[in-house]
Amino acid sequence: MSFLLEAKGISRAFGGVQALNDCSLHVEKGSIAGLIGPNGSGKTTLFNVITGYVRPDQGLVNFAGEDVTNARPDEIFSKGVGRTFQLTRIFGRMSVLENMLVATQRDESWLKGLTRSMSSASEVDAAMDMLEFVGIAKLAKLQAGSLSYGQRKLLELAYVLIANPEVILLDEPAGGVNLTLINEIASKIRLLNKEQKKTFLIVEHNMEFVMNLCDSVTVVNQGHTLMSGTPVEVRADKRVLDAYLGGGEEEEN
Amino acid sequence: MFTKSRLIWLGLFALLALFPLVVTTPTWTSIIMFALLYMAITTSWNMFSGYSGYVALGAACFFGTGAYTAALLAKHWNVPASGDLFWLIPLAGIMAMAVALPIGLIALRVRRHTFVVITIAIFFVFQLSAINASFTGGTSGLQLPFLPWGFQDFNVPFYYLAFAMVVVATLLSAWVRQTRFGLQLMAIRDDEDRALGLGVRVWAVKLSGFVMSAFIIGCAGALYAIYQGQIYPQFVFNPLFDISVALMAFLGGFGTLAGPLLGAFVLETLQLWLTENYSSGSLYLIIFGALFLLVIIFMPQGVVVYVKDRVTKREDRERSLIADNEAQIAGAPQ
Repeated sequence: MSFLLEAKGISRAFGGVQALNDCSLHVEKGSIAGLIGPNGSGKTTLFNVITGYVRPDQGLVNFAGEDVTNARPDEIFSKGVGRTFQLTRIFGRMSVLENMLVATQRDESWLKGLTRSMSSASEVDAAMDMLEFVGIAKLAKLQAGSLSYGQRKLLELAYVLIANPEVILLDEPAGGVNLTLINEIASKIRLLNKEQKKTFLIVEHNMEFVMNLCDSVTVVNQGHTLMSGTPVEVRADKRVLDAYLGGGEEEEN
Repeated sequence: MFTKSRLIWLGLFALLALFPLVVTTPTWTSIIMFALLYMAITTSWNMFSGYSGYVALGAACFFGTGAYTAALLAKHWNVPASGDLFWLIPLAGIMAMAVALPIGLIALRVRRHTFVVITIAIFFVFQLSAINASFTGGTSGLQLPFLPWGFQDFNVPFYYLAFAMVVVATLLSAWVRQTRFGLQLMAIRDDEDRALGLGVRVWAVKLSGFVMSAFIIGCAGALYAIYQGQIYPQFVFNPLFDISVALMAFLGGFGTLAGPLLGAFVLETLQLWLTENYSSGSLYLIIFGALFLLVIIFMPQGVVVYVKDRVTKREDRERSLIADNEAQIAGAPQ
């Protein structure tokens, strides 16, 4: 079996805090993978390691059979790994459309940027289509900073999608948005997965969201991979329950 | 092609081009010449700092480098006291770019406040070097060939060279704004790490923007040196220059195209006029301080953005569109 994205034995400490300790994860091509764990268990740090924002002390990251362990974020993005952030990050003082255009080219030399115009007609069309897809096309000309929180989430999803990455890492896509929008986002993810065969890796605290959407789920606790399996297996596993509710083992340590 | 805003731009530039034909008083052509010089410098500075959000307080490094390059080349190449001196201007600009490269390599590693402090520190390295090195003439500065032109028309060639610099700086700035490169600079301003995660080569983009912005500032330094005929380290490497340039851009509209032009024109003209009429060298500082406070409190994005938002009623329009969309995607009224 080949994995599109694989992290093996990742360790990373920030000062005295061991954020990740021999943590492993793999994502199959064309699947929707979930990553869950209690607060502070290292999920976001693992995301940061995979996307090049944080260098691991130990371990390997593989993407499509290639070692990308110490690549920079822009290099990893150009290889086809897109991500969103837990606290949505958009370009607040640029228009919604301009936000989209930043990401349209996955791999373009910086020198070319000096000589080409901000966008071509086809890029604008693609950007507008994508905004239409997430449902904020009417806001294209507005300053992105004035959008509501939910709209920002949609915008961030849209501009990660526009560069057509193979795998998309979503950090809490359902965090802080209302129920209707959560369902909306879930159905978009399902659609992209089914029709465009996009691979997803999703960090989320909303269990219903994860269990309904994901093909496989990895559980991390205190920087270490606790287990991974199908949602049904994870739900039935006693260790997972202990990790979330503070079971016997952890307390004795 | 000729939209309303382009016609306004053309009209204003035509006024500036015609000015020395109408007003021939040397006092006034000199004042507006300096205003033009600052307009070019501030626009060029804004092309990097305004778009990328990296507020560099070291514009005087490039200005001084340009001035010294012109003076030293004129001296060593024995350039005659004629219009030939003006050929040194582009060379001074290139020299400023050459100096900007190592400065950028050092300073652009850090962000925000740290970047500001580092650029100030680098500026003082330049000033102290100019004062203490032997080839710069130390505190007594350097002399340039004295141009034997008539008093009445002396300013005119300088005026049009400064005007040309404004045109070049404005076109360059407008051009950068509509390229992918400019888009990337603005993405860096809003969130550098996010831009990096979307494939923007932030390091190359920042460095090339920084170096490009040095060119016009170096040219302006050379023009200043030729005009004055004598340069001193404390005047061409002047910390007040660094601050003035930033203030002018902030006053008019940081990161906009028209803002730096407006800010530089108003402040420089006002300063020279006050010095001329009230012969008090520091009155302008008090007025500028007050003006700057008012702008920061009431229109923090600068005059240009403030007026534009009021005219287009941006907030109202945005609010209703956003609420509509919110209701649509959430399926419930807010």
